[in-house]
Amino acid sequence: MKLTLAKKKVVWAYIFLAIPIVFFAYIRVYPALFAFQMSLHDYNPLAAEQPYVGFENYEKVFEELGKRKSQTKSAFQNTINYVLLGVPIQLCLALAIALMLNEIRFMSTIYRIMFFLPFVTSTIAIAWVFRMLYQPRFGLFNVILQLVSLPQQPFLRSTQQALPSVLALVIWQGMGFAIIIFLAGLKQIPRTYYEAAEVDGASRWHTFRYITLPLLNPSIVYLLVLQTISFLRMFAPVIAMTEQGRGGPLDATVTVVLQTYREAFQSFNMGYASSLTVVLFALILGVTIIQLSVTSRRIN
Amino acid sequence: MYRSRLFGVLAVLVVLLSLGAVVGAQDDMVEIEYWQYNFGARVDAMNMLIEQFEAENPGIKVVHNSDIPYADFRTELAASAPAGVGPDVVTLFYGWIPAFVDAGYLVPLPEDSFSEAFILETFSPMVANSKFEDSYWAIPTAVRSLALFWNKDIFEAAGLDPEVPPRTLDELVEMAIATTQYDGDMQDILSITQMGHAPALAAQDHHWFREVLIRQYGGAPYSDDGRTVTYNSEEGCAAFSWLAAFETEHVTGSNDILDGATNAFVNGESAIHVDGSFRVGTIARNNPDLNYGVTELPVGPNGERHTFGSYWTHGITRRANDDPARLEAAVKFLQFITTPAAGTLWVNNVGELPAQAEAAADEMILADPILGAFSAGLAYSHATFFVDESAQRQVLIDAFDNIRMGGMDPCDALDEAAAAEQELIDNFWADRE
Repeated sequence: MKLTLAKKKVVWAYIFLAIPIVFFAYIRVYPALFAFQMSLHDYNPLAAEQPYVGFENYEKVFEELGKRKSQTKSAFQNTINYVLLGVPIQLCLALAIALMLNEIRFMSTIYRIMFFLPFVTSTIAIAWVFRMLYQPRFGLFNVILQLVSLPQQPFLRSTQQALPSVLALVIWQGMGFAIIIFLAGLKQIPRTYYEAAEVDGASRWHTFRYITLPLLNPSIVYLLVLQTISFLRMFAPVIAMTEQGRGGPLDATVTVVLQTYREAFQSFNMGYASSLTVVLFALILGVTIIQLSVTSRRIN
Repeated sequence: MYRSRLFGVLAVLVVLLSLGAVVGAQDDMVEIEYWQYNFGARVDAMNMLIEQFEAENPGIKVVHNSDIPYADFRTELAASAPAGVGPDVVTLFYGWIPAFVDAGYLVPLPEDSFSEAFILETFSPMVANSKFEDSYWAIPTAVRSLALFWNKDIFEAAGLDPEVPPRTLDELVEMAIATTQYDGDMQDILSITQMGHAPALAAQDHHWFREVLIRQYGGAPYSDDGRTVTYNSEEGCAAFSWLAAFETEHVTGSNDILDGATNAFVNGESAIHVDGSFRVGTIARNNPDLNYGVTELPVGPNGERHTFGSYWTHGITRRANDDPARLEAAVKFLQFITTPAAGTLWVNNVGELPAQAEAAADEMILADPILGAFSAGLAYSHATFFVDESAQRQVLIDAFDNIRMGGMDPCDALDEAAAAEQELIDNFWADRE
């Protein structure tokens, strides 16, 4: 069979594309499927044999969740708290900042860079810097509190303040990304709409409520889904900011992914850890489907 | 056509020749892999031992992998095993042994080279503690014990005799209070500028509580077979309350301030500290001018001396066991690195005491102002039988946090800890039976 030049080009494009696809399948898809398989076994990586146990690991997950107090339960509770607090706060702040950045002309690039910079900085490095900022006595935050004669705060060393302290860093770090998406969304809104609103004498709030917000809907949906997933998968800031990476004090900051890591690599319960990731996967899938169906309805 | 056949023949020849070279190399040389986590002094000492061993055994080559940091060591072992690579001889913390035995990762030490009589006779008593299911699974070069460190300069500045450390638990409390300094409210941990004593359960104090304080208050941490937690007793509660009081009542320090209890002592910001012989090296490296002394742990209400003993210990893996030649080499290597001579080399380079009782009781060591206290402790040391050391440690860290952060009663916190730890122990044994 003779191929035309155009067809040949297409074939070659597929051949080149196949390389990253094979790579992706091997390092992302295959391990994900393997995790499903591991979750059905009493999988200890050090052992020679991995006995099949059916759904025992999943039963254990739900047993742990049903207990009055357990690490697995804390991990799920905290993760939900991170999402419920983190996503709305981050998106509201990002939107407010994006609206302001959209207004200014003088030095606007510098401002945009400043807000975006944390996003491209290593999470681990930032987490360690924050860990120092939160230090008692010598940490910047406590020094400032002292200067204005307010009582010292334990931050990461308190069961109540640890989670918000970690969250603050994550919100701040991820905000740059949300701001950029919002700015792009704002640029898409035709100026004529605003001019028309101005002619009609609409207030600033009405302009925002009835023009900006509805037309930003695609950006909001996109960010809502993406940021929810990223908060559900939180791991690095917690392991870097807590004592010996344990998600403490008293499991106050531990997340599902950190708990998975601890079970898999510290206690060698890889089967149980895999079942945790599968449950998390189901959770992410469910939340995403609901979000997409609720928030992406067409707005006129 | 003719050319491609020629290439085929050549290719086959090349493959055959290279295979022959590999097989030939294996004939006269056995290569075994040895792994330990990265700890500078231990790596150097082991390199010296390997050099000596290879000189004595020209047919054996030992590949030393010591690049893995402590935090990743278990992870790397777990990743290497399914891949079919990894060590033939591995150094593990003694408290991890049951988990590795449970997984079938280690094989028992061969009876003819390491008989029970030989181990009981020549090694420190704590080594015998880790017999597990009728076998010995690992054997150490060196052992460590806990002792009390005190900062002589701080003692002097506080008007105490710098040469007289606390000898009893009561004296420890008095001296800790006398040496604590504040720049504000004396009831506020955050206003401490110099700590008298900081309880740090995440460091060595959970061992101090488990194996020393409870016994000194007349209790016992576990049943004799190690399968039942018994520290949630009246005595255990008294001991735990005594320890917690440093932070909740006397306010002499906390692991949360001044970069933690251990660093605070190393930096000269804490007066009294309980730690192992391995800390001597840390101080020498980071603050060589620190004017400190080391003494045996203070006695408690019943006047008894106890200390916690622990060790990093070498085991033979399933991988070595699969090949008779490698197994033989591994056993030889293990014998070589656990002799009294190896222990002596170790103490001189690492500061950990020789595991062989004869070498540890050396007069030079006993007379050493720093090592003497640790060496004396070996005779009355206990090594806890852990099924999952990090999880069991976490249980006591949590109990302590419940007291200091949640305001929980020490007895209730200990009850909760005992229940959680009992569950860990029961789960471990349930899987094995």
